[in-house]
Amino acid sequence: MNKLNPRIKYRLGMSKLFHALVIVFAFMIAIPLIAILFFVIKEGITKINWNFLTNIPKPVGEVGGGIANALLGSLIIVLVAAIIAIPIGIFAGIYLSENKNSRLSYWSRLAVDILQGVPSIVIGIVIYFWIVKPSGTFSAISGSMALAVMMLPIIIRSTEETLKLIPFTIKEAGFALGLPYHKVILKVIVPCGFSGILSGAILSVARIAGETAPLLFTAFGNPYLNANVAKPMQSLPLLIFNYATSPYEEWHNLAWGASMILLIWILLLNIITKLITQKWKVQL
Amino acid sequence: MESTIISSSNFNAYFGTNHVVKNVNIEIPKNSVIAVMGPSGCGKTTFLRCINRMHELTPGATSDGKMMLHDDDVYEMHPIFVRLKIGMVFQRPNPFPNLSIYDNVIAGYKLNGLRLSKSEKDRIVEQSLTRSALWNEVKDSLHKKGTFLSGGQQQRLCIARAIAMEPEVLLLDEPTSALDPISTASIEELLYELKSTYTLVIVTHNMQQAARVSNKTAFFYLGELVEYNVTKELFTNPKDSRTQNYITGRFS
Repeated sequence: MNKLNPRIKYRLGMSKLFHALVIVFAFMIAIPLIAILFFVIKEGITKINWNFLTNIPKPVGEVGGGIANALLGSLIIVLVAAIIAIPIGIFAGIYLSENKNSRLSYWSRLAVDILQGVPSIVIGIVIYFWIVKPSGTFSAISGSMALAVMMLPIIIRSTEETLKLIPFTIKEAGFALGLPYHKVILKVIVPCGFSGILSGAILSVARIAGETAPLLFTAFGNPYLNANVAKPMQSLPLLIFNYATSPYEEWHNLAWGASMILLIWILLLNIITKLITQKWKVQL
Repeated sequence: MESTIISSSNFNAYFGTNHVVKNVNIEIPKNSVIAVMGPSGCGKTTFLRCINRMHELTPGATSDGKMMLHDDDVYEMHPIFVRLKIGMVFQRPNPFPNLSIYDNVIAGYKLNGLRLSKSEKDRIVEQSLTRSALWNEVKDSLHKKGTFLSGGQQQRLCIARAIAMEPEVLLLDEPTSALDPISTASIEELLYELKSTYTLVIVTHNMQQAARVSNKTAFFYLGELVEYNVTKELFTNPKDSRTQNYITGRFS
C-alpha cells in the first residue's frame, strides 16, 4: 500500500480535489446571504426601537421619527394582494392539475410561465395605465393588484405541482363513496395537498413583500399614516428606495432600520413555510 | 337467495376505439359472492367499474347496453346515487391520507356533508370496523392516521369505509393482490361473513381465491363473458374449452 502506482495516486488526488471543490462551492452559496444578513443587521439593529416602529417619519432636520406608515402600508398592500391572488391562484392551479391535456390548460400554463418572467416594472406600468390613470389617483389597491399579478404564477405552479402528486386512487376512493366532483376536489384532493398549497402561498407573499418597482407608480408612497386603500400608501421597499437615495443622514437611518424589518419579515415567512411543510405534510 | 340484484344485457365498454368489454349478459343474485376471473387484460376490471359507473371517469372511456340495479337502469340514475348503492374496494388500499381511522370509516357521510350525531358516528365506526374484522386491532388508535396501518389493515379499513355507507352491492377489484397471504386469508374470511348482508362481486386473477370465496364464477376472456356458472360446476365441469384451458393452466 505504501507504493501506489502513480496513475492511481493521480486519480485519488483528483477525486479529493473534486470533493473539496464541491464542498467549497456549497459553502460559498451561503456567503451572500450571511453577508447581507450581517450587514443589514449591523446597520439596522441600532436604529430599531419602539418609537421607530410607532412613529411616522419626521421632516428633514428633526431627529427621530419612524416607519409606522410604511409598516402599516406594507402589511395592507401585501394582505390585499394576497386576498386577490391566493383564491385565483389556487383555483387556476386546481384546473391545471385536473386538466393536464386540455387546450386551455396548455395555453394558461404557457401564460403562467411567461408571466413569471415579466419584469415587475412592466407589470407596474401596465397597472398604472389601466388602473391609476383612469381612476385619476395613485392608490394602495392598484399596488396590491400589481403585486397580485406577480404572486399568481408562484401560487398556480405550486398548487398544480402539489396536486399532481396526489395519486388518482385517492380521488377514486372519493368518487366510489358517491362524492360529487366538487367535494372530491375540495374535501379530498385539496386537504391532501394543503401543506404544499399553503407553503406556495406564503412563499409568494415572501417573494413580493420586498418588491419596489411595481409600487413606484401605483401605491406611490405617502409620508403620512394612511389605511385607505384608495389613497397613495407608503410601503417598506418604497421607503427604503426613497430614503436611501436621499442626502440626509436621518433618512438613511430609517432606510437601514426598514431594511432590517423587511429582511426579518421575509426570513420569518420562509421559516414558517419550512415548518408548515414539515408539520402538515400528508403522508401519501 | 335467487332474486337478481344486478343484471346487464348486451353491455359493451370501450377505451376510445378499443373495445374492452364485449356484449356481456350477466345476472347477479342477491346475497352471494360472484367471482370474476380471467387473464390480464380480459376486461374484468373494466366490467366491474362499469357496474358503479367508475369506468366513465377515465378520459375517453365509454359504454353502452343495459346495466340494471333491481329494476332501475344504472345509466339513467345519477352516478352519485349509483355509487352510494354500489360500494367499491380497490386493488391498492387507498385510505384518505389526511383523515384518521375514525374519519376514514365515516368519510362517506362526513365528506358528503350528511350530519350524524356523535353516538351514531361511534356506532357506525364500531360496527363497520367490527364487520371488517379490524376493530380489535385499531380500537385504541382510532384517531391515528389511516396510513399508519399495514397494507392488509388499510385494505380492511377501505372495506369498512365502503360498508359504512350500507351499500347493497360491494365491488372488489382484486382486493388482495397487493397483500401478503395472511392478510389475504383474513380478507377472504371477511368476504364470507359479509355475504349474509351484501352482494359481493370480486375480481380476481387468482383461481384458488375464486374457488374458495365465491358462489358463482364468471370467466372473462378477451372482453367476452365466456362462461358463468355455479363455482363448483365451473371448476369441475367447464363447458367451454377456453375455460377449461384457463383453469387447468394451459393458457397461451
